[in-house]
Amino acid sequence: MKLRGLLSTAFAIAFGLIVLLGYFLEFQPFYGLRLIFVEWAVILAGFAVLVGLGNLVTVHIKKIRAREKGGFYGLLLIFSLLMTFLAGLAWGPEHPNMVLLFRTVQFPVEASLMALLTVSLAYASVRMLRRRLNLFSVVFLGTVLVILLGTASLPLLGDVPFVGDWVRPFVSQVIAGAGARGILIGVALGTLTTGLRVLLGADRPYGGK
Amino acid sequence: MTPLWLGLVGLVLVLVSGGAMLGLAVLRRKTPPTFREIAAFQRLQDAIGRAVEDGSRLHLSLGRGGLVSPQNASALAGLSALRRLASLTSASDNPPVATAGDAGLAMLSQETLYSAHLASLVTTAFDPTTGRLTGLTPFSYAAGALPILSDENISASILLGNFGPEVGLLTEADERQGMFTLAASDSLSAQAILYASAEELLIGEELFASGAYLNAGPLHKSSLIVQDWLRWLVIVALLLGFVLKLAGVL
Repeated sequence: MKLRGLLSTAFAIAFGLIVLLGYFLEFQPFYGLRLIFVEWAVILAGFAVLVGLGNLVTVHIKKIRAREKGGFYGLLLIFSLLMTFLAGLAWGPEHPNMVLLFRTVQFPVEASLMALLTVSLAYASVRMLRRRLNLFSVVFLGTVLVILLGTASLPLLGDVPFVGDWVRPFVSQVIAGAGARGILIGVALGTLTTGLRVLLGADRPYGGK
Repeated sequence: MTPLWLGLVGLVLVLVSGGAMLGLAVLRRKTPPTFREIAAFQRLQDAIGRAVEDGSRLHLSLGRGGLVSPQNASALAGLSALRRLASLTSASDNPPVATAGDAGLAMLSQETLYSAHLASLVTTAFDPTTGRLTGLTPFSYAAGALPILSDENISASILLGNFGPEVGLLTEADERQGMFTLAASDSLSAQAILYASAEELLIGEELFASGAYLNAGPLHKSSLIVQDWLRWLVIVALLLGFVLKLAGVL
């Protein structure tokens, strides 16, 4: 077990370093090796989808066997998954029937969830004022209202002058743009140190104690 | 194609940052650095204690940042937090349950939970279904995670990773179940939604500080200090750029 952990850590660090060098030094052999390793990772990620589906089916079979709440939905999920998988294998993903299946089942379901989310968010905004009533929450809600007013046309009134022409672009492109860049710079720095922790072997998501 | 000098500058910056992280981790082993208090982490510690005491479970949602996508760092931060949470709750009968919207991430969550299980020396068999793939599209991922929140005796839900607007459905479900929620994402749209809907929110790079605040190890703490140094470097570079632009050099 210890040997397995050591080996996986050594491999992860070695491959990670080569890919990192390939990003910064765009000449051979680093550049070529980087492309090969990233290609391997993409193939492995594709195979992981199959393993992940196996995990999904296992979870639901366990649920059905234990007669847990929602077991029937689990059965429905496995049935639909198998049917779609077999249809995909037989026809291929570009076949009109597969496209129809996506357009008539997957797309409407996801669109309904998006609609549900809109209602949830409107309710959450009101709840936020109850839970966290401070200046930032008020500014947040005020900005949301200003952007909405500046984006959508009002019934009878049409576009709101000044708000749509001046306030909304200023808020979204100058103030929000500056804040977003600040947040993204912070995220980029966090990304760098997280990657370094994996390269140094401090974080080992691939296993090992 | 990136010019060679720029690539070398980037590489040196990364290597120096890595060296500084290692050096600080060794030098400050006896006097660990202290960081500003973040109320969300304090409340998370309380929620972990409560979960162990009352035998309930923690749910950690890792989002849908693919391992070969640029968003994978947030998922790696989530996995690191998962490892720590699994260790902290090893005394409990119910290990945490992790959900992911990417198959590779789901596999890594199983591996992480398995490592924590081995390290805890508990005698019960490991349940591989504690790390789950709940869906491969944003909304199917959220829809697949919803029943877990209501049916599996979850007392606290931690959302750390790359999400989109669908995260609002998860926080709404948390709120309905009356459970503690801590959320953080690297995506701007998810952060805006979480600001309105999550009980406790981590903004921007605070997502990557979870390991340091959960005492995951000296390198987590030293990486936060290096992050601060790099932030100052960026500020100096921005100001320098501003001055040079004013002077007409750039």
